[in-house]
Amino acid sequence: MSDDARKGYRGLARTVLERHGVGVWSDVEIDSQQGRFTGLVLPRSETADDQHIVLKLSSGYNIGVAAATVVGMKETGRREAHYHIPEKEFPVDPGKPNVVLLGTGGTIASRLDYRTGAVIPAFSPGELYGSVPELADICNLRTEKLFGVFSENMGPEQYIRLAERIGECIAEGVDGIVIGHGTDTMHHTAAVLTFMVQNTPVPIVMVGSQRSSDRPSSDAASNLINAVKAAAEGDIAEVLVCMFGPTSDQYALLHRGTRVRKMHSSYRSTFRTIGDVPLAMVDPAGIRHLRQDYKRRRTDRSVQINTAFEEKVTILYYYPNMRPDVVDAVVEKGYRGIIIAGTGLGHVNKPLYPALRRACEKGVHVYMTVQTLWGYVQMYVYETGREIMGLGVQPAANMLPEVAYMKLCWALGQTDDREEVQRIMLTPVSDETTDREPYNGYLVFQGEIPEVQDFLRSIKR
Amino acid sequence: MGSFVFKPFEEMTADDYAAIGLMGGLEVHQQLRTRRKLFCRCPAGCYSSAYDCEVLRHMRPTLSELGEYDGTALMEKKTRKNIFYRIHHATVCTYEIDDTPPFFPDEEAVDIALEISLLLNLNIVGEMHIARKQYLDGSIPTGFQRTTILGVDGWIPYRGRRIGMRQLSLEEDSCREVSDEGHDRVLLTDRLGMPLIEAVTEPDMRTPQEIADVCQIIRLVCRSTGNVRTGYGAGREDVNVSVRGGTRVEIKGVPQICRIPLLVYNEAMRQCALLHIRDELKRRGVTSDTFESAVFDVTRQIARTKYPPIREAIQQGHRVRCVLLRGFAGLLNHPTQEHTTFAKEFSDRVRVIACLSKLPNLVHSDTAADLLAVRDWKDLGKRTNRGEQDALILVWGSEADARTACDEIVIRAREATRGIPNDTRQAFKDGTTGFERVLPGAERMYPDTDLPPMAITMDRLDRIRETLPVRVWERQEWYRSLGLPPDVIEPLCISSRAELFQRIVVELGVDSVFAGVVLVQRLKALRRDGLDPDALSDTDMFEVFGAYAEGQLTRAGVLQVLAWWLRLPPDQRSMSTLLQAQTHRPLAGAELDRWVADLVVRTQHTPFRSPEARLRNLTGRLIREAAGRVDGREAAECLARSLGDSRLQVSSKGGQR
Repeated sequence: MSDDARKGYRGLARTVLERHGVGVWSDVEIDSQQGRFTGLVLPRSETADDQHIVLKLSSGYNIGVAAATVVGMKETGRREAHYHIPEKEFPVDPGKPNVVLLGTGGTIASRLDYRTGAVIPAFSPGELYGSVPELADICNLRTEKLFGVFSENMGPEQYIRLAERIGECIAEGVDGIVIGHGTDTMHHTAAVLTFMVQNTPVPIVMVGSQRSSDRPSSDAASNLINAVKAAAEGDIAEVLVCMFGPTSDQYALLHRGTRVRKMHSSYRSTFRTIGDVPLAMVDPAGIRHLRQDYKRRRTDRSVQINTAFEEKVTILYYYPNMRPDVVDAVVEKGYRGIIIAGTGLGHVNKPLYPALRRACEKGVHVYMTVQTLWGYVQMYVYETGREIMGLGVQPAANMLPEVAYMKLCWALGQTDDREEVQRIMLTPVSDETTDREPYNGYLVFQGEIPEVQDFLRSIKR
Repeated sequence: MGSFVFKPFEEMTADDYAAIGLMGGLEVHQQLRTRRKLFCRCPAGCYSSAYDCEVLRHMRPTLSELGEYDGTALMEKKTRKNIFYRIHHATVCTYEIDDTPPFFPDEEAVDIALEISLLLNLNIVGEMHIARKQYLDGSIPTGFQRTTILGVDGWIPYRGRRIGMRQLSLEEDSCREVSDEGHDRVLLTDRLGMPLIEAVTEPDMRTPQEIADVCQIIRLVCRSTGNVRTGYGAGREDVNVSVRGGTRVEIKGVPQICRIPLLVYNEAMRQCALLHIRDELKRRGVTSDTFESAVFDVTRQIARTKYPPIREAIQQGHRVRCVLLRGFAGLLNHPTQEHTTFAKEFSDRVRVIACLSKLPNLVHSDTAADLLAVRDWKDLGKRTNRGEQDALILVWGSEADARTACDEIVIRAREATRGIPNDTRQAFKDGTTGFERVLPGAERMYPDTDLPPMAITMDRLDRIRETLPVRVWERQEWYRSLGLPPDVIEPLCISSRAELFQRIVVELGVDSVFAGVVLVQRLKALRRDGLDPDALSDTDMFEVFGAYAEGQLTRAGVLQVLAWWLRLPPDQRSMSTLLQAQTHRPLAGAELDRWVADLVVRTQHTPFRSPEARLRNLTGRLIREAAGRVDGREAAECLARSLGDSRLQVSSKGGQR
């Protein structure tokens, strides 16, 4: 039997299967010291142990039989499973806007991987139409799978490819672009795309899901419907993130790509605009704008694509007792830019000063952001701040650390000139730094406070 | 088959059920007594309908692992429900509302479930794989129930034969429904996530009573571990019923075992009726191949009707649609269950799937009552080109709901040509059943990708086997051989005092009926008196029965001592000290004679109706005054002797020591 016939099985479990001439997709009767088990042999996850054989029972349940207890095994038939999403050709309506969905991976469209037992991305217009037919009411959809990576594996290669492809799609005349993306680093990609793709005439909407699409309560379908809606019909021609708004299944929020951040490891409503308010609410009925200062959709096809990217940039997340050798090591390894996520208004401890001075003198570009995420770097308030600036560290206003990281990568990809880098860094492309923080830009409610409880009781969040 | 005439429920015999080929199986659900919920660290068993907030969700069907959509899932998708979850912060965390992945299953729950699996003689699996069982009705916010098989292919004995146990799974409990009207379903999440087992039998039962009996055995097995929850809703069962020529239908969530027989009887009757309807349709030439139907929007034709539900619907701007079913004339009135006709099958579907929950939600051409005017029917007949053999069903609702309703009516009518649809049915209080949803298949199972497989080690099983209680049927058999009364056998075999009972009887040689009655009924009586008999340890109890066995206590004295002990402040409770006190030494010989003589003298002038009455009265007084130091029989005998009346018969109740 081929290797594939014992997919995922190693060690003892594999030996036992081999001894009885049985492979995956065999219907078997197994006699074991625990009694008899009847079912279909399934592939085993490669990360699981080598001691058990996985059976699917006729009731649909899976169980594991300990290989060491197996006394006999008899094949009674074979039955290979073919997982497929019912594919239907996506209908074309000349009266509807044309949207392209660029796939990068992630769980917006996914299927189960038998080897790892985990969810892997799967994606085609036909499959999407088969599972989310509502999309056809909004637009003509074309899909392109650019790459299939989990979002933590996204990097410059993917950013550049994505930006270039966006440029081509715009030139081809699409009315909107949706990017399917894993949620973990969606805000990193949203930030870098904001810098690489400027002056877009159409919406560029990033979307993902926090619950994989293989579950009935998945947010994938509703996020996708809302993102496609924003791309097809929306007026905001910017790089946006479209994700679940409240805890309830009600609407999605459109966030500016430079002000958005994933704030919970598992909540659906994990994406929040930080230090500002979101741009709009979206549901299948329509788009409700929350502010008017956005770039309008245009009919021209001009767009600037600048895919410059310097990889030797890092973020140092400051903690008390951080040692100067950390900074020295980064410089020694040839890093050209450092984003510090400092405490409070943008501070680090005194022992770091000489190391930071050495870094700046060696031409490393050092920018200060705040680990509080909300609020501005304000290094004039305390003497500490003024001293740190004196070392050559530049305050980056209220730019989020990850956004500052992406921007510095992009800036250093273009120039090494100190003043030019500084000009790029501190001139906002799309609100990565803002002049003012609105009063309702910081809302983190605390439970059990009576008025908050009243709110929760009366409003489905 | 269809020709079988159902007798009233009480008169049905095993032969009658054999004639219709009744087969029954069970899925017994039982909550486990753990401190935490199954897949998160929320406290278990805290119920309250109070809530802090509501979360709204919608469900979408997904593919099974083998690439199939499940029928139930598709059905629920059609219903387009808004599901509101009521959440109390103290009992529900982000896991239950599906905003956090699961934690590893509660170890306590796994142990208890394994214990029950072993008691049911199941083959224990080597590794647990968590599965997702889809429930798109919203009863679980994830859209699926996490569940895992612990054992397969076991058995329990029943009347000299073996009832097969197909499998036992450990799963999380679902929400409780608050309301379900139109497109809005409201659910309470307090029960959500509680550890629950589901023990599934093979369809080996042949009468409604057998199903109830077997259910009781499984319930007792669970109870015998001492680690399951009791009370309303802590144990629920799904009953699977089929008749010959039919198919499996599941009656869902029966909360009490005593309700099973009538439900099964009614369901069997319904299935036989459906088979009869199929045969009649066939006779008329209507099969699944020749089945014909048509749907019409008749809002205009019926606009002037006086029938209030339709008039109101039209006033609200709703649509009225009519389904023509060729060859169905007369059948909609065919009885299916007591006080129920075939038309209800359609009404149920329309209610559940099209969400037209306000009844009546349809009217049909077989209706005896003049709900619609003759002229209305005539107009409709003309519009739909209805022939004499055809039936019409009218429904009303919003455009979308009315469409869904008609689709479902056509689907249900086509199913009638095949016989019995695979339903999951609700159990009603009157013993009848109603459509709940399409019976889900294996397609709804999907491996849970959030947790890895978990091995069940031999060490773990050995540890559980060491403390495994004696199987209830073995206990029951022994108790029967001892001559214990039935009302003692059942509670005793699941009692935590069952092991103590055995020691008292075997080691001390105490009369088993007396020991059983004390351990079951007398302890219960003490509880009724406001005392807490659970405070008595097995050691304390053994000591008391030891004193009784040695003649230091009378039977009445045993109860007296237990009550005295329980009335002591907890820090002063010492059974040995209490037993050493001479105050409960049994009265015997000369001492008893002195007590009796004294009583007889004191009451010599008291008039009694008869010598028997005098004896009864004095016996009672003596027992009371001696406060447990003399038993009734002995007191009566001694008094009879003293009263010198040999004709007095002392009742022969009460056994020997």
